Amino acid sequence: MNLFFHIGRYFMLLYRVFARPQKHSVYMRQIIFEINNIGISSLPIIAIISVFMGGIITIQAAFGFNSPWVPLYAVGFTTRESIMLEFSPTIVCLILAGKVGSNIASEIGAMRITEQIDALEIMGINSAGYLIFPKVAAAVIIFPFLIALSMFLGIWGGYFMGVASGACTEYEYIFGIQAFFEPWKLYYSFTKVIVFAFIITSVSAYFGYNTSGGALEVGKSSTNAVVYSSILILLFGLILTNLFLNR
Amino acid sequence: MIEIKNINKTFGDRQVVKDVSFTFYKGKTNLIIGESGCGKTTILKLMVGLHKADSGEILYDGQNFPKLSVNEQENVRKKIGMLFQGGALFDSQTLEENVQFPLDMFTDLTKAEKLERVNFCLEKVQLVGKNKLYPAELSGGMKKRAALARAIANNPSYLFCDEPNSGLDPKTSIVIDNLIKNITDEFNITTIIVTHDMNSVIEIGDNIMFVHKGENWWTGDKSQILKTKNQELFDFVFASEFMKQVLGTPSK
Repeated sequence: MNLFFHIGRYFMLLYRVFARPQKHSVYMRQIIFEINNIGISSLPIIAIISVFMGGIITIQAAFGFNSPWVPLYAVGFTTRESIMLEFSPTIVCLILAGKVGSNIASEIGAMRITEQIDALEIMGINSAGYLIFPKVAAAVIIFPFLIALSMFLGIWGGYFMGVASGACTEYEYIFGIQAFFEPWKLYYSFTKVIVFAFIITSVSAYFGYNTSGGALEVGKSSTNAVVYSSILILLFGLILTNLFLNR
Repeated sequence: MIEIKNINKTFGDRQVVKDVSFTFYKGKTNLIIGESGCGKTTILKLMVGLHKADSGEILYDGQNFPKLSVNEQENVRKKIGMLFQGGALFDSQTLEENVQFPLDMFTDLTKAEKLERVNFCLEKVQLVGKNKLYPAELSGGMKKRAALARAIANNPSYLFCDEPNSGLDPKTSIVIDNLIKNITDEFNITTIIVTHDMNSVIEIGDNIMFVHKGENWWTGDKSQILKTKNQELFDFVFASEFMKQVLGTPSK
């Protein structure tokens, strides 16, 4: 019963979020601000995690493939597939759910309890549209670029760490990352990213927007935002994987 | 002018507002007073549409607000300025951006015209030169004045103030009261103030509704309130020894 209540309220909120913007120029300015706030500020953590994870995947693959029956280019191939199909689109989005989701929920939650949202409503502004739409739009626009960068850095990190540690040779790794490449898999990856970007921002905003009480409740909203965004990312990840990859 | 007619509001099984009717006049400072928890802020929130009344009418110059369409309600809201108890300034924006916000949303003024209007409003509330400060850098009194500047930026017809003096020292409270009174007189707007501050009542109470247990218990003005024979109002007005000494206890 409670679940249906939240699902209903979430879709009612979305209806208001996607209502016609009251002033396009203000919304555009907010979207650009949010691209910087949500996207550009996440670059350092994405870069660090991607490089290290790329290296770890390469070394683990080399360790696991330590057999004369497995060609050495399999290390590069495995690293590319792991990063392109799962690590960058899903794991990085889970990390962004923690960073961006908690930020959105606590920001909007704090605005709710300090009556800033009431102030917007009384001015005649669609507060849901003004506060949430730019965040959703910004994430849907910028997340694919972040994930593309994550893929590049992850594969580069694998190359750097793999060659430096002696886990594979430069030639084998580069041959491996080019082997059996199927471009349509990128559609799968970026479809997931766009869906996850929408989930992270809209679910987090939902919890923040419906905060009531004080600082304790803002903290709870922030936690709920991360927990439910993560669960939904995994659920929709499974659904999309089944749709795209299940032959 | 705003009229409320027979409004009721229940939260759960507790009736917070009981059949309240009152008229708030244009060009006057209309006060809703009463003890904490008596329902006065709820009445204010019902009037601006933050809560929905269970029954009754809220008439903005004859238009029944709860019965209007969403678009029509938005048009009425554009004429409302509100000063919240905590200011409710947008944390991420400077003082100038906060005051300019309603102008950005609802006008097609040029940048220079907006800035001119912002400076005019800041001058009205004596905050000239503080344009680039953020809310976190302002004192409590300055926040209230900044919020008042934002409330009047778009030339409102109705100004709502929720406990404008709470948390302020007596001197700053008088400054805020006088600002609200001056703005009401100068722009000839309908001002509604929720307060339990007796100094405000004595200073600016043109038209007063005393709310007790969710009901309109007494109506009058600042001169009548001091001569009241109403027991509950008498207890409210003369609750402190200070008020008894300053105003003199009238015979019951």
